[in-house]
Order: sequence, then structure tokens, then C-alpha cells
Amino acid sequence: MKRKMEVSELIFKIIAYVLLIIFAVLCIYPLLYALSSMFSSFDAIQAGEVIIWPVEPQIQSFMWVIENSTFWVNYANTLFLTFVGTIWCLFYSILGAYALSKKRLMGRHGWNFFLVFTMWFAAGVVPTYLNYQQTGLIMANLVGQSSMYDIDLKWLIVIAMGMNAQNIILLRNAFEGVPSEIEEAARIDGATELQILTKVFIPMSKATIATVALFFGISRWNGYFWAYRVLGTGQSYSWPVQVYMRDFLERNTLLTTNDRGEDWIVQSVPEATSYLYAMVVFAMVPILVIYPFIQKYFAKGVNMGGVKE
Amino acid sequence: MFKLKCDDFLEYDESTGTYSMPAEQRVRDETERNRWKNIGLTLLKDWRLYLMLVPMLLVYLLWKYAPMYSLTAAFRYGSAVNPDERAWAGISAFQSIFVGFYSASFWMAFRNTFILAFYGLLFGFPMPIILALFFNEVKSNITRSILQVCVYLPKFISTVIVTSLALALFQGTAGGQPIGIVSRFLMMISHSETLMSRVNDGLLLTSEYFRALYVVTDIWEHAGYDSIVFFAAVIAVSPTSYEAAQIDGAGKMQQMRYVVLPSILSTVVIMLIMKIGGLLSVGYEKLYLLSPDSTYGNYNVAEVVSTWSNRLSTASTGAELNQAFGIAGEMTNNLIGMILVIGANTIARKVSDVSLY
Repeated sequence: MKRKMEVSELIFKIIAYVLLIIFAVLCIYPLLYALSSMFSSFDAIQAGEVIIWPVEPQIQSFMWVIENSTFWVNYANTLFLTFVGTIWCLFYSILGAYALSKKRLMGRHGWNFFLVFTMWFAAGVVPTYLNYQQTGLIMANLVGQSSMYDIDLKWLIVIAMGMNAQNIILLRNAFEGVPSEIEEAARIDGATELQILTKVFIPMSKATIATVALFFGISRWNGYFWAYRVLGTGQSYSWPVQVYMRDFLERNTLLTTNDRGEDWIVQSVPEATSYLYAMVVFAMVPILVIYPFIQKYFAKGVNMGGVKE
Repeated sequence: MFKLKCDDFLEYDESTGTYSMPAEQRVRDETERNRWKNIGLTLLKDWRLYLMLVPMLLVYLLWKYAPMYSLTAAFRYGSAVNPDERAWAGISAFQSIFVGFYSASFWMAFRNTFILAFYGLLFGFPMPIILALFFNEVKSNITRSILQVCVYLPKFISTVIVTSLALALFQGTAGGQPIGIVSRFLMMISHSETLMSRVNDGLLLTSEYFRALYVVTDIWEHAGYDSIVFFAAVIAVSPTSYEAAQIDGAGKMQQMRYVVLPSILSTVVIMLIMKIGGLLSVGYEKLYLLSPDSTYGNYNVAEVVSTWSNRLSTASTGAELNQAFGIAGEMTNNLIGMILVIGANTIARKVSDVSLY
């Protein structure tokens, strides 16, 4: 009996290890492939010789990206959007979550519903686009311009995008977890509401705030669709790097019709793939740099993510 | 008689011979009269707290709720810009997307939304649970951490990069051998004529294999990260439960069935509700990037309601006039999505006492 049990356990363990290792390898392989391709010769990529290590190494793609000023302007835009956008989102999310975490807040259920409802129902693509257009117009009018393309639309992206109710609920739950005795003590010592938030609640919820900041930051760094829809071709100097990369892909892609009358992609220039891989690697660097430091916080942060109401 | 009646609620003062209101009643009346004043005072005393709520409410009001006003354009003629200035059209927009001119493309998009969402749920939902159970078998902390760092990573890669890499890895042939590394691998192991011709076209761009590959890339992106929640639930199972089961002679599978699964059930239910809630908002950004044009080979399976609506309203001709149809279609989709999440939540509350909202 005992022996049989151990065998089934061993088999399960082996299966678990093997499948986990395969999955983990599959998860990082495409990124590794991009890295190797970036340093491989164009012919080697075309011929499919690159598998793990660079083949016929070259640094032309690397240099092309380094010298590509448009790429770096867009890169700076993304850094700006990520940095300012994350701070803005954190600002109103922390304040709002703090207020929502207080039992004495009147209409607490109502405010919570106001927030959670946006997770259930969204107006959709067209209304959202029209709304951004109108916001852009109002912002332009405020500074005395008549068209939204006359102002730097980066600011519109910063303030109007990147909302996430789930993150606010994460913060709210973390604030609810702070013992009320500590708050009382601070209040007796004469701390104001803002001091209680900044001196007690924020330091005590560092892990969650780090996680939420990461979520906001990542979604800003990776944001494509709405930035592209709002900026379009009208304001390419404000493009984030994601829009630039996609535009590069489309510019260097030829559509050919196959025998069934459907389009399929052929790349026009052999260098394009290699350049694209190089840009992909550069665009991932900040995430890869921050990721290990903040990775340990997720598990803690995510587990508090249940919506309690 | 009168005196008796009055005694029920008034107090009689013997010394002055007058009736007066009892003290508690006076307080009660006072409170009732000052109800709004008191609320005002509480608000005033706590004004800092309410002020803190304002930026968040404004942001949500301006950019989440204000767009909902444009939904009225679905019931009016013509463009959705300034819907107030247009005449009411009743449900004619809904008629034309359900049975009229746009019905073919709308129902195709609607069906695709459902199919992609359903496949995503069917294959995508169990994956993180399985991963979590597997992670539980890895007893070495270092090995597990390394594996976890690897599988969480794809979640943080942008959709643009994921789709660019996917298109490149599955790229078809430019005369001769296919270019993408996965395409080459498939060519090596497969001898099926049809598969090979599709691989030549670029597998992601064919309607036959698009759905499967979409789900696979979705699992690649999300399964690892989603396993965090389940893994936390699995390691919360106390070791004594396993020991008790082992003493009772339970094998590995029986332990899974009778110890682990019941303990993580509530987490599973909550995550399932959340998944169902987001069911119909399938990743339109990704689908838009994988099938940007209606001439693409994968168009008839990759078009979902959001991308359909976006396409209608950005078409080179008649975009403005089509906005009402796009809005009507997406509204239908999102309302059904909302009904799904409320339904899932109600059912979950009935059967298992677990609910999210």
C-alpha cells in the first residue's frame, strides 16, 4: 500500500517538473529568440538558422536603433507617459481608495458601486473615442487653440487614460487592513487626515502600492490602441514607442494575395525583421530591469485583490 | 378623558399644573428636525475625506461615465457627434444590425466574440490552476522561484510586441522555405498538405488555425501570472490535512480530489466569476493588431464586436453615419456581458456562498 502511494506521487512529481520546465522555456524562448535574431545576420534569420544563439553575429541592427532618432523621441514619450501617467493614476487612486476604506464615509456603498460598475459595463470603442476627441478639443480651447492637434496630446493621454478600478479596490482592501488603533493613536496625537494617510497608511501598505504602481506603469508602458487612435498620424511626434514599432512593422510589410484571394504578409526588406527584433529588445529593457525587484510583491498584492463588498 | 389621553405622551407637572413634552421625545424631535443639518455638519467635519474622493470621482465621471452619454446616439439618426442635435430614430439602428443591412457582419463579429471567449474560458481557465498544482510539487524554493519568474514574464510584454513576435514566428514563406521559426518547425514535423499550404500563408493569418493560435498565445500571456492566485490558495492548505488523508490511505490523485480541490474551490469560483465578467470584452487590441484589415485571411474569425464597431466608425467612407450602428452593436455586446457577470455572481452565491460583488 505504502509503496504504491509513493509511485503515484513520484510520477505526478515528474510530470509536474517536466511540464513546468517546458512551459517556462516556452515563455522566455520568443524573447531569447528576439535577442539572438537582433545580433544575427539578415540572411541567417531569413534562412531560419537562428535557433538559440546568434548566427553570423553583426551589430548593424543594434546600431540602427541607437542611431534612429525618431525611435528615441518616441521612447522618451513613452518614458514620460509612463512616469507622469503612473504618478497621476496613483495620486487619485490612493486618495480615493483611502476615502473608500473608511467606514464613516457616507454613501460608501454607492461610491463603491460607482467604481465597480465600470468593471461590468463600458461604453465601448466609438463613444470612448468621441469622448477623447471632445476632451482634446476642450483642452485645446482652454489654451486658446482651435484643434486638438494644436496641443501636445501627451497630456490628454496622461490624464484621461489608464484607469483601473481593480487597482483602486486593491488599495482600498490594503488600507482596510491597517489596524484602526494605529489610526486612532495618530489622531489623538493631532495628525490631520492627510498626515494619517501619508505617515501611517501609505508606509504600512508599501507592498500593495508597489504592486499597483507596477500595474499602472506596465499598462502605461505597453499602451497602444488608444494612444494610436487619439494621436493617429496627426501627431506622430507624441507617439509612444509601441505605436512607432507597429507603424514600422506595417510600413515594412507587403501584403500579397494568396490563391484564395486573402492577404498574407511578406516582409519587404530582410533587414526589417532584424530591426524590429532590436526595437522589441530595447522596448523591453525597462520592464526587465524593474521586474526582478518588484516581482516579489505581486503574490502579496494580487491575493488581496478580491472584491469584497 | 382628555387628561388620560394626554398622559400617554405628555408629562404633567403637578407644581405648575402644566403639561410638557418628555425629554427623550424633545431630543428625538430635535434630531429629526436637524437631520439634514447634522448630515451637513458631519460632512463639514470630515470635508477632507470627501475632498480626497473628488479627483477619482471626477476622472471616472469624465472618462468612464461621460462616454456612456454617446450611447443615446444608437437611437438617433446619423453621426454620434452631438447626438442632441439629431432626430430620434427609435430602434432602427438595432434593426439594421440584427436583421438589416449590417446583420451579416454584426452576427459574424458577435459569433466570433462568443467563440473566442468560450475557447479562452474552456482552455485558458484550467491552465493556471494546473500550473499552481504543479508549482506545489516543486519543493525547492529556488527552483520554483526561477520557474515562476519565467512564467510571469509574458504578462508584462506589450500586445504590440506579442503580436509582432507571433506574426514573425509564424511567418510564412517568401518563396521557398517559411521564415518563421515555428513555421519551419511545423514544416519539419508535419506532412499534411493542407497544413503545409496554410503554414506557407503564415498560420496566424489563416482562418482555420487562427482561433487555436489566438487561444494559445493568450495562454502564453496570462496563464503563468494568473496562477499566482491559485498557488496562494494551494499553499494555504495545511500540511496536517495531507497527513490525515495519507493516513487514511489516500493516493496522490485522491489527495488532489478530496483535500486540495475543496480548499481552493472558493478561489476558483471567484476567479471564474471574474473571467465570465470579462468574457465578452475579448482582447480587442490584440485582435485589431492581428487582423487590421478586412482583406486579411483571418478576418472572418478574428473580427469581434469591438473591432467591428471600430472598423465601421473609421471606414474611409461613411464613417460618421455608421457610428450609430457601431454603438448599437457594442452596446448589445456589453449589456450581454454585464448580464453574464451578474448572472454568474447570483448563481455562485446560491450554490456555494461565494460571491464577488
